[in-house]
Amino acid sequence: MDPQADQPPLRSLFQKVWDRHVVLERGGQCLLYVDRHLVHDGSFHAFANLARRGLRVRRPERTFGMPDHYVPTSGRSPGDAATPAIRRLIEVFDANAKASGMTAFALDDERQGIVHIVGPEQGITLPGFVVVCGDSHTSTHGALGALAFGIGQSEIEHVLATQTLWQARPRTLRVLIEGVRPRGVSAKDVILALIARIGAGGAVGHVIEYAGGAVRAMSVEERLTVCNMSIEAGARAGMVAPDDTTFQYLRGRPFAPSGEAWDRALAYWKTLPSDPQARFDAEVTLQAAGLEPMVTWGTSPEHAAPITGCVPEAPARALEYMGLQAGMRLAGLPIDRVFIGSCTNSRIEDLRAAAAVVRGRKARVPALVVPGSGLVRRQAEAEGLDAVFREAGFEWRHAGCSMCVAMNGDSGAPQERIASTSNRNFEGRQGRGARTHLMSPAMAAAAALAGHLADVRTLA
Amino acid sequence: MSAQFSALTAVAAPLDAVNVDTDQIIPARFLKFPREEGYGRFLFHDLRVDPGFILNRAPFDRARILVADANFGCGSSREGAAYALHDAGFRAVIAPSFGDIFAANCLKNGIVPARLGAEICAGLRRRLRDHPGTELTVDLVSQQVRAPGGAAHAFAVDPFHRHLLLEGIDELGLTLANLPAIEAFERRWGAGLGPDSGSPRRRPG
Repeated sequence: MDPQADQPPLRSLFQKVWDRHVVLERGGQCLLYVDRHLVHDGSFHAFANLARRGLRVRRPERTFGMPDHYVPTSGRSPGDAATPAIRRLIEVFDANAKASGMTAFALDDERQGIVHIVGPEQGITLPGFVVVCGDSHTSTHGALGALAFGIGQSEIEHVLATQTLWQARPRTLRVLIEGVRPRGVSAKDVILALIARIGAGGAVGHVIEYAGGAVRAMSVEERLTVCNMSIEAGARAGMVAPDDTTFQYLRGRPFAPSGEAWDRALAYWKTLPSDPQARFDAEVTLQAAGLEPMVTWGTSPEHAAPITGCVPEAPARALEYMGLQAGMRLAGLPIDRVFIGSCTNSRIEDLRAAAAVVRGRKARVPALVVPGSGLVRRQAEAEGLDAVFREAGFEWRHAGCSMCVAMNGDSGAPQERIASTSNRNFEGRQGRGARTHLMSPAMAAAAALAGHLADVRTLA
Repeated sequence: MSAQFSALTAVAAPLDAVNVDTDQIIPARFLKFPREEGYGRFLFHDLRVDPGFILNRAPFDRARILVADANFGCGSSREGAAYALHDAGFRAVIAPSFGDIFAANCLKNGIVPARLGAEICAGLRRRLRDHPGTELTVDLVSQQVRAPGGAAHAFAVDPFHRHLLLEGIDELGLTLANLPAIEAFERRWGAGLGPDSGSPRRRPG
């Protein structure tokens, strides 16, 4: 029997996942059951508070952890950490993980990496699941058809203790991305264009469902990039309906179901896509054919423009911080450093895209490549991508959040201008006073070769 | 943590920028410190280096209410942003909209994120700038922000957490009291756990 048969066929993907996870309702809030809780080395406040209450991790089999925010990218031992205080946080993570009985990938485990890279990679994230993590980019996991969102330390503690969370039901926004992406336009460009269009607060209080031909045509890794930056439009979460692309991606992953359980799961997953008549609180349509490679020029992800464009009239504060003036052309703007990495763009397809641009050429500025996980790094090395980067003068590092959030010692200097594949160009994000320009891996690679912001499509 | 809030009358400070992200409220490099040492000194750390920054100037240095602009607290989920506001004495932030995770973090730390219309917020900020030291009242019982002279503005706040704050109820304690409901849910849920299953069974009823 169709599990949804008794429901009117008006429900969205989000609504189906939400409804299934409501334990109880009170005062307009739902107590939501959590299938997968991901923790990292920044979650230590929650573990400390849990211990203070004398509570334990209630469902260690649903809890997965790895250090990522503070880890060194120069080596794989806590001893490689930038400072003793940072080393201590990695050790505290290991101790908490061990005491709780959760599945954890320590720094010397090849499966370690950025939590949002590893969850999908290991099949820990599955369609129809509620996935939470003490990190706003948890929205990434929605690319597999999960409802995934970031939480704070108090909520981490609550999930550790109860495997549930009190949540108000968000509104829904469907983003239709229609048509075919032109050559040279990546998933990163799509999401930057969307954020520029609806604004950094454009989706506050909403869960986005990405749909339309251009989304269906995307690989899972591209969808992960799009969903990752949902939070940069203010969205609670971003989701893509699971389809054959999703199923093919998940089959055989270590923590994905197999055998008969796979068949059962698949039957369930196929019920998840939004009903044709599903209602959304808001809708936005983007035509992929009109998109170009994007770069940010300011201090909010909404400050994004096509590389063919100019710095617009903008608040003085943003321009002053970035050392720019309205009317300056974006292409040709000299940069000091390049960062290829982060939960947005450090998967194997990202590294392939960057390496394809770099191959046989030399970087003119210091450049850093930080794979998203030990397994991505190994795959890249098997394909010879590390050699491509190294020969071009790029540094080839170990997995971690690194210069996206600059908590591990990898950071930019004041006024240093950085072409970065990460997700936030906030003031001080990559180091105090550092100036971030967000872009795709191919565009960052092009910037490294040119020494300035450059249109990857014009690179011969 | 249980926190209690009913009403607060205090000096309010205006903060004009839109999209103030939590990296501005507390830079990431301070998140490694234990809470016991206090987070108040990290609040707006890199903005406060400027002696002219609003919270450095009397009487705003006594402010316990912040009146901000749209999408305040966007970005990172760091609860350190709420810790820093709390430890610096803030118990209410008024804005047209908030980053969702930030608003949730505030409520867990006894800070009321009060949503008021953009024009009302702009009017309040103007008034605070023109008359420094103006005290506002954030009344969670009546769900109103009141300014001297009698103007009252009804604000929106999550009703569940309003109730917890008014009564001083510990959220985690409340959930633990409902553990039987969670256990019953898990039984209905069936397998749906690790490598061998991904297929939660249908909830009856």
